[in-house]
Amino acid sequence: MEHRLHLLVCAGTGCVANRSFQIKQKLEQEIIKNGLQDEVKVISTGCQGFCERGPVVIVKPGDIFYQQVKETDIPLLVEEHLLKGRPVKKLMYKPSGKEPPVQKMMDIGFFKHQRLIVLKNRGRLDPENIDEYIGFDGYLAMEKALATMTPEQIIEEIKKSGLRGRGGAGFPTGLKWEFCRKAKGNLKYLVCNADEGDPGAFMDRSILESDPHLVLEGIIIGAIAIGASKGFIYVRSEYPLAVKRVKIAIEQAQDYGLLGDNILGTDFSFSLDVIQGAGAFVCGEETALIASIQGQVGRPRPRPPYPAESGLWGNPTNINNVETWANIPGIIQKGSQWYSSIGTENSKGTKIFSLVGKINNTGLVEVPMGITLREIIYEIGGGIPNKKEFKAVQTGGPSGGCLPKQMLDLSIDYDSLTKAGSIMGSGGMIVMDEDTCMVDLAKYFLKFTVEESCGKCTPCRVGTRNMVDILEKICSGQATLDDLDKLEFLAKTVKSTALCGLGQTAPNPVLTTLRYFRDEYISHIVDKYCPALVCRDLIEFYVIPEKCTGCQRCVSVCPTGAITGPRSQPHNLDKDKCIKCRACYEICRFDAIAGDAIRIKSGEEA
Amino acid sequence: MKKLKVGDLKKIRDKVQKTTNLRKSQSRAVITVHMGTCGIAAGSRQILTRIMAILEKKKIDDVLVTTSGCAGFCSREPMITVEVKGEPPVKYGDLTEQRIDKIISQHIIQGNLVKEFVLALGSERTY
Repeated sequence: MEHRLHLLVCAGTGCVANRSFQIKQKLEQEIIKNGLQDEVKVISTGCQGFCERGPVVIVKPGDIFYQQVKETDIPLLVEEHLLKGRPVKKLMYKPSGKEPPVQKMMDIGFFKHQRLIVLKNRGRLDPENIDEYIGFDGYLAMEKALATMTPEQIIEEIKKSGLRGRGGAGFPTGLKWEFCRKAKGNLKYLVCNADEGDPGAFMDRSILESDPHLVLEGIIIGAIAIGASKGFIYVRSEYPLAVKRVKIAIEQAQDYGLLGDNILGTDFSFSLDVIQGAGAFVCGEETALIASIQGQVGRPRPRPPYPAESGLWGNPTNINNVETWANIPGIIQKGSQWYSSIGTENSKGTKIFSLVGKINNTGLVEVPMGITLREIIYEIGGGIPNKKEFKAVQTGGPSGGCLPKQMLDLSIDYDSLTKAGSIMGSGGMIVMDEDTCMVDLAKYFLKFTVEESCGKCTPCRVGTRNMVDILEKICSGQATLDDLDKLEFLAKTVKSTALCGLGQTAPNPVLTTLRYFRDEYISHIVDKYCPALVCRDLIEFYVIPEKCTGCQRCVSVCPTGAITGPRSQPHNLDKDKCIKCRACYEICRFDAIAGDAIRIKSGEEA
Repeated sequence: MKKLKVGDLKKIRDKVQKTTNLRKSQSRAVITVHMGTCGIAAGSRQILTRIMAILEKKKIDDVLVTTSGCAGFCSREPMITVEVKGEPPVKYGDLTEQRIDKIISQHIIQGNLVKEFVLALGSERTY
C-alpha cells in the first residue's frame, strides 16, 4: 500500500549539526512502535532554508511545519499527529510577539515571500535517490535537449532567457557558451565552480546537498550545447556532505546511462568527475581554479586568453557557478519566455541569498530579481533581533560592499547593486545592526582578503596590506585625515590595477563604507570616538555606582582581576588592569541582579 | 542496471507519481478521517485502512487521505469529511467498511453525494 503521509526531515548541514539524523532514526522507531510503518514514510531531504529554526520536519500533505524538534518531542509528535491526526502546536513556529503558532509553511513570512526555481526541490525530495528527482520531472529537460534540440537552439534559448552568471560577475551565460562552442578544438571541457568561499555564504553548498541531480542535469545540457566531452565539479573539501551527495548522484546517473557513453542511447557521450579543492578563496577565480584542477598552485593568470579559448590543459573550457548550472534545466523545460518574464529588465530569474548576521530568520532564501533589500530583511528575514536598529547590509562578501539604511529600497539586480558600489556577488548577505563599527567591519573583510591573496601581483599583495595598516591606525585612534586620503587613493589603485577579481574587488568594503559611513571614519580620527563602541583602543569600561548592587558576578568573570569590591557594595573597575574583553559587560546585562551597571564609553566622555 | 533510452524517463516518472503527488499537495479531493479517541474506539483505523486500500486498487492518485481529531459528534463515529475541490465539505457518519466502498464509488469517482449517510454539509462557524 502507498503511504498516506510523508515526513520530510531536513538533512542539510545546519539541521544535521542539530541532530536531524538522530531525529529521523527516533521517528522511524516510534512509527514502528505505533504500527504506522505502512502508512507513514520518513524521508531525508536537503536544506529547507529556514536554518535558524532547525531541525525542521515537514508533514505532507498539509505542509505542517515543525521546527526546533528534539528527540524527546518525537513520541508526542508520532502519537498526536501521525496516529490521531492532531498537529502538535507546541512544535510549530511562533513569530515574535504573542501571536499564535502558525502551522502551514505558506503562512510563515520567511517562506511566503520566496519564489523557488533553483531550490524548487529543496525539502521535498531525497537527494540521494535519483528516482525521486525523476518523479519531479527530473532529467526531462536534458532528454528534450538531447532528442529534440540542436546545440545552436539550446544556446539561443539560454541567450534569450537573459540568464547571467550567478557566481558574481553576471556575464551572460548563453554568450559564454557560444564563445566556447565556436572555439577551435576537438576536446572541450566544462567546469562547475563550487568553490564557494565568502564568509557566511552557503548557497552552492545547499544546492548541491539538496538537489545534486539538478546541477548534473544543467551541466549535461551545457555539454550537449557546447560539445564538451568531459566535465569537472570543483568543490571545496570543507563541504563533505555536498561532496558525498554529488558523488552518489554521479554514480546513479551513470547507472541509468544519463552520464557516460551514449547517453540515453544516442551518440552523445559525456563524463563528469568531482575534484576537491583545498579551500583557497582565490581558487574561485576561474584561471586559478583551472590551475588547481591541473595540479598546479592555485594562482590566477592574466586574461586573455579566456578559458573559452584556452582553459584546462590548453583546451576550450566553459566555467559556470553551481547556481547558474542549476537554472538551466528549468529554462530548457519551460522555455526562455517563461524565465525572462521573472525579474527586471537586465536581471532575469531569481537569486539565492544566504541571509546571515544580525537578523531574526537566518537561512537560505530564493527571491525574484528586483525585490528590495527591505523586503528581504524585514518580510523574509523578520527584521533585527533585540529591538536594535538596522545599520547596514553587506552583499557579495569580502568582494562586495556595505549598503546603508537609505539604500533599503534599492532593487536587487546586477546593475543597481553595482551602481550603489556593491556587487551581486555569489549571494552572501550579512546584516548588521547599530552595534557594528563600520571601520572595524571594513578591516575584518580586508584582513580576510589579505590572508587569501595569492601574492602574485603587487597591488593585491602589498596594497591591501598597506590598507589594513591604515585601518588599524584609524581603529586605534592614531590616524590623521591624510591617512584617510591615502586609504582612499590606495583602494582605487588596487581596484584598477590588481590582476584578478580577488584584488580588483578587495577594496569594495573600504570604498563603500567610506562612501556611506565617512562620518564614522572621521569621528575615529578626529574625535577618537567609536560610535558603535567596538574599537578597543577608543573605549573604556566603567561601573555606575548607583546601579551596582555589588552582586559580584562581574568580579568572578573578570580574567585579570580588574574589578574588585566587597559584596553588596558598588564595585571598582581598575582601568589599567582592564583588557576590555567585555565579559563583565555581557554578564551585567543578562545575568547580574542589578543589570546594566557596567557601561562602555568612547571619545570625549572616556 | 539497464541503461535508459529516450522515453524511459517518463516511465520512471509515472511510476513514482503517487509519491510526488502527495508532496506537491495537488489533489482534486481530500478525505479526512476523524481519529479522536472516540473515532479510534469506534473503528476509524479500519475505515482509514479501507479507504487507502480502495484508492490503491482503483488507482486513484489525485485524492489525499488525511486524519484529524474528533469532529465533536462522538456518537456518530466513525466519521469522515470529504472535500472535493470547489465544493463545500461533506461529513459522513456511522461508517462501516461497506459504506466506505459506496462513498468512494459514488462521491469520489462519480461526484454524487451518498445522501443516506450524510451527516452535514459545510463547516462550522469559527471566529
